[in-house]
Amino acid sequence: MSFVEQINRYNWQDVQESIAAKSAKDVEIALHATHPTLEDFKALISSAAENYLEEMAQKSHQLTLQRFGKTIQLYAPLYLSNECQNICTYCGFSLDVKIDRKTLTDKEILDEVAVLKSYGYDHVLLVTGEANKTVGLEYFKNAIELIKPFFSHIAMEVQPLNQDEYETLIKLGVNTVLVYQETYNKENYKIHHPKGKKSNFDYRLDTHDRLGRAGIHKMGIGVLIGLEDWRTDSFFAAAHLDYLEKKYWKSNFSISFPRLRPCAGGVELKSVMTDKQLVQLICAYRIFNQEVELSMSTRESETFRNNIIKLGITSISADSKTDPGGYSNPNVNLEQFEIHDKRSTADFIQAIKDQGYEPVFKGWDPVLQ
Amino acid sequence: MEKLKIADKTFTSRLFTGTGKFRSSEEMEKALVASGSELVTMALKRVDVKDKEDDILTHLRHEQFNWLPNTSGVRNAKEAVFAAELAREALETNWIKLEIHPDPKYLMPDPVETLKAAEELVKLGFVVLPYIHADPVLCRRLEEVGTQAVMPLGSPIGSNKGLKTDDFLKIIIEQSNVPVVVDAGIGAPSHAAYAMELGADAVLVNTAIAVSDNPEQMAVAFKMAVEAGRMAYESKLGATSNTAKASSPLTEFLAKE
Repeated sequence: MSFVEQINRYNWQDVQESIAAKSAKDVEIALHATHPTLEDFKALISSAAENYLEEMAQKSHQLTLQRFGKTIQLYAPLYLSNECQNICTYCGFSLDVKIDRKTLTDKEILDEVAVLKSYGYDHVLLVTGEANKTVGLEYFKNAIELIKPFFSHIAMEVQPLNQDEYETLIKLGVNTVLVYQETYNKENYKIHHPKGKKSNFDYRLDTHDRLGRAGIHKMGIGVLIGLEDWRTDSFFAAAHLDYLEKKYWKSNFSISFPRLRPCAGGVELKSVMTDKQLVQLICAYRIFNQEVELSMSTRESETFRNNIIKLGITSISADSKTDPGGYSNPNVNLEQFEIHDKRSTADFIQAIKDQGYEPVFKGWDPVLQ
Repeated sequence: MEKLKIADKTFTSRLFTGTGKFRSSEEMEKALVASGSELVTMALKRVDVKDKEDDILTHLRHEQFNWLPNTSGVRNAKEAVFAAELAREALETNWIKLEIHPDPKYLMPDPVETLKAAEELVKLGFVVLPYIHADPVLCRRLEEVGTQAVMPLGSPIGSNKGLKTDDFLKIIIEQSNVPVVVDAGIGAPSHAAYAMELGADAVLVNTAIAVSDNPEQMAVAFKMAVEAGRMAYESKLGATSNTAKASSPLTEFLAKE
């Protein structure tokens, strides 16, 4: 049974109500569970758990330390294209947003690679919009072949693809694929994705099953926090993780926490997540799953990112540019979103060391294809 | 204390160590030097074998250390052999710690792929130290294909739970014709001492040293525990009993004969 079928077992409203009904006692049970269940996860993300934040943080810290040690993996996003045929109400690359469009040529890709290598990066995340005609399988194959010699680990955050396409890319050297469902609420999903291939909720939801069958090393899931009630949406992401982990037992998993902030002219948010709640969510995931990679981008502020290092996050980007060509030839008119933490890689490395952690550039090897 | 011989190397220290999870390479170096360890394992995925100035490897260039590259991260025999060959070429050692744990959750070793890879690696001239479950039959099969030691787990990697498998470790130690190195799960010096008292030839420790508040001091604690356990083993521990045995009431009358 795929997750597309599994999700029908849940009723959104019921899940939301059961999270709201969690009590302090449920939180205490969850905090002391040897093998926390999805019900425990509900308790940990509930409002009842807000009074247990320090205890959750302590537990998350210890579990992370035991599993990952005093290390933080570093990666850098490399935006290859901002062309996109989808309309997404929240996205800077949406078809209806008037920005300049650009897809990098071979030379431009290599110029970006040169800058990232000069900063020391060895794990790269390739990012695009969705423009299947110009930025489809052939474009990706070429880009990966170009980039492969320079990085130990290649991740992709592009449009969902078919299983055979993933198999092709894995053979060429892709190690990780990240596809965020944005929201697991099907009705609300339609409102935020009115046009383009992305409007097909089920095809996107089935992506990780296709990735699992294709034999990917690591897959990433996540919700765009703010589109829906974050607690309910995060529960569905955790249920997705739980399902995938049991079925595709050789895969590693990664969770990201892209958080939308209210802004003038922007999409209307259903829930605004506070810093405190984001910490709660990060700790809840760690307590629920000791081995999942928890990843953080430069969307968050300097202070927040400094303090999150000890709390459960294991993978962090720094010094990022969200416009194609942005490292070698910056152009703000091409950006997906404005980053919050603008520190240089060197400054961020120092911040990690100041917390008593080792910044890790190489945590993978091409031999492990 | 007796020295330990594995393949062409002789070890004074029976504490083998891992290099992951430390807060810095400097701290790792200090701790491992203090541990007295003469065999250190490093994950191929973490070191850049082509870079002569790789930070981890640079801090491990000591007379004291023999290097034991490991294949952590591979998911099958084919990848393991490929990784081992890369390590041999780049690090100039034919020693390999064979780790195939395709399950990222509990990092359980795959016995089928491990046996397959071990057989091939031995044929290719490697000194193979396979990480495996505490499975006595698998140990015999590995010995038959020519591995130079076996490395059964005490409990899951990094779990610090100690020797949950001790009943099976005892069988392995009794039967083995190659050195038995207890690997994984050793979370406290007392666990290490216990393994040595059982007759293990060596132990491998990483997480318990690396994530402690004072890795250097913890490394010394493990060094002492391993030495204590080995000395006790060599001196023959007394038998244990559930009842006190002050005298022999039933056979005392015979003493008069």
